[in-house]
Amino acid sequence: MQRIGDAPAVRRGLILAAVALSALFLLLPLVAIFAQAFAQGMAVFWTNVSNEYTVAAIGLTLFITVLTIPVCLVFGVALAWLVTRFQFPGRRVLQTLIDIPFAVSPVVAGLIYLLLYGRNGWLGGLLDGHDIQLMFAWPGILMVTIFVTCPFVARELIPLMQAQGSREEEAAVTLGAPGWTIFRRVTLPNIRWALLYGVILTNARAVGEFGAVSVVSGAIRGQTNTLPLHLEQLYQDYNTVGAFASAALLALIALLTLAAKAGLEWRAARQEAHA
Amino acid sequence: MSTRALPFAIGSAPKRVLPGFGLSLGVSLLFISLVLLLPMTGLFGQLAGLSLAEYWAIISDGRVVASYTVTIGAAAVAALVNGAFGLLLAWVLVRYEFPGKRLLDALMDLPFALPTAVAGITLATLYSSNGWMGRLLEPLGLQVAYTWVGIALAMAFTSIPFVVRTVQPVLEDLPVEVDEAALTLGANDGTAFRRVILPHLWPALVTGTGLAFVRSLGEFGAIIFIAGNMPYETEITALMIFVRLQEYDYAGASAIASVVLFVSLALLLAINIWQGRFIKRLHGGGG
Repeated sequence: MQRIGDAPAVRRGLILAAVALSALFLLLPLVAIFAQAFAQGMAVFWTNVSNEYTVAAIGLTLFITVLTIPVCLVFGVALAWLVTRFQFPGRRVLQTLIDIPFAVSPVVAGLIYLLLYGRNGWLGGLLDGHDIQLMFAWPGILMVTIFVTCPFVARELIPLMQAQGSREEEAAVTLGAPGWTIFRRVTLPNIRWALLYGVILTNARAVGEFGAVSVVSGAIRGQTNTLPLHLEQLYQDYNTVGAFASAALLALIALLTLAAKAGLEWRAARQEAHA
Repeated sequence: MSTRALPFAIGSAPKRVLPGFGLSLGVSLLFISLVLLLPMTGLFGQLAGLSLAEYWAIISDGRVVASYTVTIGAAAVAALVNGAFGLLLAWVLVRYEFPGKRLLDALMDLPFALPTAVAGITLATLYSSNGWMGRLLEPLGLQVAYTWVGIALAMAFTSIPFVVRTVQPVLEDLPVEVDEAALTLGANDGTAFRRVILPHLWPALVTGTGLAFVRSLGEFGAIIFIAGNMPYETEITALMIFVRLQEYDYAGASAIASVVLFVSLALLLAINIWQGRFIKRLHGGGG
């Protein structure tokens, strides 16, 4: 059976074009990151990575990420449960609202938090009176990170839970299982891989967020510098190798994210083949 | 995806069998109010302090208008390039088998997984005059770094997955009969693709290109390193907001941000409506 574009010449030409363009625009930058990071050898790379400010930036980035993930997880599961298991007025509106962080420029996201919680904002002024400073400190970084990452878990869960339907949970209800047991024993096993992928995406974005964080961080070296802000400072100081050492760490997390995604997809395909 | 869930949704509509409605509604509303909606009040509060004439003066300032032109122009070019590139990649990944296909497929997600600042410094380094690409291109008279070409390149890089990942599933679901019908009627590949395949892909292609455009309008981290950031020439609107903030001109930053916010939300809504109409039409046509 003949399909469109099956002629050997067309086929070869299109594959070649796709591979060549992808290599040029996607693979080359990836290679360049590691080439730059190791340009002066392993020892210099290690010195750059173990620099006290780099270590502090890694620490802050991990701290923010570890706090962000559970918040996004609870919200994502609650929202997905709500919009896929119940019908109620305003359901579509909720699903549109959750897309806002994807559409809003990260700089605008940082700005709206700064305007509200900064010293001149109505809430920030109030907090300032009690000596609570959120902006230009880690709580501000945490808040904008939660803002930009909150759709990921919900976005992974909603289509899956919609497709799966709620028959299994309804059966569990008729058997008299309490709510938490239903969630833990029936829902969770069905959604765990999508949940994991949502967490992986949340993690990747939380670690790498730049625009929103740079508005609210103040970028104080060793204190409010996350890893992406730290590499920006190094780059602006013409310490290219140092900047790329941090970039390589972040690129490594990106590669692990891609590998995890491929692994989860492979798993899902195998399960489908068995079913 | 919502069409598939429809029969179930109608069946379970009348009564709530499952527990947890109150709890999940409470958690969701609390979160959306605190994280998404409350911060918006800060922006409107700041804007309320401006008169209409002041507001207009800020957003129609020459340097700011120049930044709109640069941003929209580069984002349009990036989106169109990605439309073509994304269509090619989706086609090759769905229709052909070849060694390294899985790797190529995984590589498509790199721009979403890679932090934007990392992409930014890498592209700037690659395309500067002594970078791997810059060294090749500059003798040919093509300067990429510190020009709008660099801005478009950075935008295109960060938004590639949108087109590929929107077109790919639609192409996968296209039945073989579509191809056969066209070819048995004697059309050649080009005509068959244009007249038979493209009309099926069109809605997904527009959606993906639209999403890429919206993302490019707001992109910051990937662009600022390669842009050169010359006022009136290579300054993007997101950077203008940042510049106003560093001048402690909160009103100015808010006014420009409100324009960006309004445009991106309006585009998002338009894309959602376009997608919704398309799904309804398919569903209605099917029965």
